[in-house]
Amino acid sequence: MPHANHATSVPVTIDDEKCIAEKGCRVCIDVCPLDVLAINPATGKAHMKYDECWYCMPCEVDCPTHAVKVEIPYLLR
Amino acid sequence: MSEPMTGGPKTDIVECDILVIGGGTGGPMAAIKAKERNPGLKVVLMEKANVKRSGAVSMGMDGLNNAVIPGYATPEQYVKEITVANDGIVHQKAVMAYAQGSYPMIQYLDSIGVKFEKDGSGEYNVRKVHHMGTYVLPMPEGHHVKKALYRQLRRLQVMITNRYMATRLLTGPDGQAAGVIGVNTRTSDFLVVRAKSVVLACGAAGRLGLPASGYLFGTYENPANCGDGYAMAYHAGAGLANLECYQINPLIKDYNGPACAYVTGPFGGYTANNKGERFIECDYWSGQMMKEFFSELQSGNGPVFLNMTHLAEETISEIETILHSNERPSRGRFHEGRGTNYRQRMVEMHISEIGFCSGHSASGVWVDENARTTVAGLYAAGDMASVPHNYMLGAFVNGGIAGQDAAEYCASTDLPAYDAGQLAAEQERVLAPTRRADGLTPYEMEFKARRLVNDYLQPPKVTAKYRIAQERFAEVRDDLAMLCVRDPHELMRALELQSILDCADMAAAASLYRTESRWGLYHWRVDHPATDNENWFCHTLLYKDADGRMAHTKRAVDTYVVPIPEEEMSAYHQLRTPTPLAAE
Repeated sequence: MPHANHATSVPVTIDDEKCIAEKGCRVCIDVCPLDVLAINPATGKAHMKYDECWYCMPCEVDCPTHAVKVEIPYLLR
Repeated sequence: MSEPMTGGPKTDIVECDILVIGGGTGGPMAAIKAKERNPGLKVVLMEKANVKRSGAVSMGMDGLNNAVIPGYATPEQYVKEITVANDGIVHQKAVMAYAQGSYPMIQYLDSIGVKFEKDGSGEYNVRKVHHMGTYVLPMPEGHHVKKALYRQLRRLQVMITNRYMATRLLTGPDGQAAGVIGVNTRTSDFLVVRAKSVVLACGAAGRLGLPASGYLFGTYENPANCGDGYAMAYHAGAGLANLECYQINPLIKDYNGPACAYVTGPFGGYTANNKGERFIECDYWSGQMMKEFFSELQSGNGPVFLNMTHLAEETISEIETILHSNERPSRGRFHEGRGTNYRQRMVEMHISEIGFCSGHSASGVWVDENARTTVAGLYAAGDMASVPHNYMLGAFVNGGIAGQDAAEYCASTDLPAYDAGQLAAEQERVLAPTRRADGLTPYEMEFKARRLVNDYLQPPKVTAKYRIAQERFAEVRDDLAMLCVRDPHELMRALELQSILDCADMAAAASLYRTESRWGLYHWRVDHPATDNENWFCHTLLYKDADGRMAHTKRAVDTYVVPIPEEEMSAYHQLRTPTPLAAE
């Protein structure tokens, strides 16, 4: 069974202007209990790779440059 | 101490004295107390996420729900309250061990920087929520819990392995705990930890039912807590107690987080129906309370709300400060999106999907008053162990008990041998979905399994529906042969799905075994509506038999250490207000 490409909107967004991943920062990626954030190879910045969010907020609260914003996933909003 | 294995997938092997699996709440405390008991022990803490922010209290906690503090409650009163709230089916010695450890643990947490609410003279500001006693201690600055724990883990030199998911326990020649097989969630490399004793602290089975929103991760529990601990304990031969006593919670509808009546209750907030009337006398989460909640939801008085509209501005501001900075801080953002302001509108509530969790309910891997399971050298603590209603403080206390007892145990134990064949077979099970080019995704298989849980297992429990559930779960299990993953992250989800399926099967089997109704909504069997104390005043233990099948046995309730007069046993059965009380 081949797979479809199924797009969803992601609840966690990262401001590329503020994100300092290129300096080696991995705070948001490290603290996510569900391991859904990763470095986007296209930009070198952090991004939400998997739409599996508990909207728990350590990524936003612990980010040293306030680059991360957590929204309530659309299905729950 | 690390040595690579030759052949097969990349595998490191580490040896230690005590292995703790789960770095949330009870796990870190088990590691801390084991090291404090014997600093010479090598203690490894394995965590699927990162210990800094893992588990149910990732963002801290807004209060202790079960503090037994001198002057407000005695251990005897607490044991009585919990016995009555659980229809008598409790191992009182374990509840007493918790109650006696409660105040020393609060003082310990205080000493390592966890903040509790105190009055002007520095005394703890304890509040009343339970039906009988006074046990709630607010933590308006409770968002630093994890940081305080992490400092202690570093200070005591506990070895931490983040991003390793434990998949199966290793057992020794006599069936004792011998370690664990772990797989890295980002590389799929294996880490085998051999240990003299193992503490399981993997949290609730909180990803069992499907949230009504359809969002798989929109659960009450941290969705990383998906039942891995229950599955591992089961496959290692441990007994699991009273799994039919589900966890079902009254939550903010759709958001699926706590409303939170324990915080708002002492300030004057209350659970109301659509007329703004109170219908229960006590907001403490018991099965009987949940049944009243369920009845109101189903009636013309539904839905159910949390009402704070009558409170003074300064009170509401204080509640907002606590609720929107602790435990589930995105609550404020959710209310904002809906235009819900506590001052003007009641908060719509609903009941959650089902799960297992002794934090608020009473099921879990059987443990005695020393946190020992039925497997030698294997301990369990926190939401996955059977000490009822233990909440965060119970996870700390029982984690500490487990760590201390494990330290004693391994002083007189050698490192058990393990079966290389077991390791090879487990590695093959783990990696099977990586060997397929296409097939079913973990997402769709998990969605289906959990949707079936909702369709057939959600109380009221009907025998015919449960039999269908078992057939459907077996079909999903057959489909595991088509499960396929594209990366190590998806492999983690594929393994979690298998824990979820194990828990679903255990939920169905345990519920069918107990042919009576008990614990209000949690085990309301429509075909057996009466409580049958003659045959079922006992624990049920579910275990894996010699043929690898789910089997059951009864375990008598031990003689109470705190006797309960007959007339007091029904206190939690009279929770509905005699006549609806007018809105204030």
